[in-house]
Amino acid sequence: MDARNFTFMFYGFLAAWVIVLLYVIALARRGARLKKELDEVKKMTGPIEQHADRH
Amino acid sequence: MREKIAVGAAAAAAALLAYNLYQMFMVLPDEALQGAIYRILFFHAPAAMVGMIGYFVALTFSILYLTGKNFLYDSLAASVVEVSLVFSVVNIVTGSIWARIIWGIWWTWDYRLTSALVCILIFFGYLVMRKAIDEPTQRARLSSALCIFGCVDVVIVYKSIEWFRNQHPGPVLDFRTGGGHMDPAMQNIFYLNFVAILLMAIALVLIRTRQEATAREIDSLRRLAHIAG
Repeated sequence: MDARNFTFMFYGFLAAWVIVLLYVIALARRGARLKKELDEVKKMTGPIEQHADRH
Repeated sequence: MREKIAVGAAAAAAALLAYNLYQMFMVLPDEALQGAIYRILFFHAPAAMVGMIGYFVALTFSILYLTGKNFLYDSLAASVVEVSLVFSVVNIVTGSIWARIIWGIWWTWDYRLTSALVCILIFFGYLVMRKAIDEPTQRARLSSALCIFGCVDVVIVYKSIEWFRNQHPGPVLDFRTGGGHMDPAMQNIFYLNFVAILLMAIALVLIRTRQEATAREIDSLRRLAHIAG
């Protein structure tokens, strides 16, 4: 019982950290994707904004 | 500035968690009836509290959006809901692992557990709905309405252990019982771990709101390109 009790406590801690870690990884991946997307859109709209500034 | 606060909150959370883990494993004894597994409580309940606080913060932002139609509040609400949902999942998973040892079952359909699961499903639905609606005004309005609806369930989750006879234990913390249900040394570490998890949640929300701001910038640049094209 004691060993099983300790093992499940370890599983509980592990589960908590794995869930948070998976979310942090997902957050980092989304951040990288958004940055890439922003750079692409800026490249695309750069000439339009310059044109709008001139007028 | 926002990045600096996020890094500061994450660093403070990490330092506090390290201290708390030392206290949990090296200083505090096993609980008399539950043994070592009671330590799951130090993550299970603070995760639930952080999640519930987050839903009410999101509720405030949702009401602010509905009254002022400022999309910033909608983004803030969505960010807070997403992070709160992560901690609600931590709460339910760790609770299930604890229950397997203490009750002999992974799950039971009592009021607390069922309302907590419904809460997770409502706010998961909130995030799925946001992905499904492209029109920003409609998305923000429906999201705000769903957040208000979801917070009714959060109240039921919180009060269910007082209102109904449950398999889930009743309140033990001093601020709900008036004292005498939990050892003060254990309760101190419980509150310190709550602060650590709250700081972690604040750091995650700040990072998530930065991403929402970037997404809004992408949307506005796309609209500009569409008008010009």
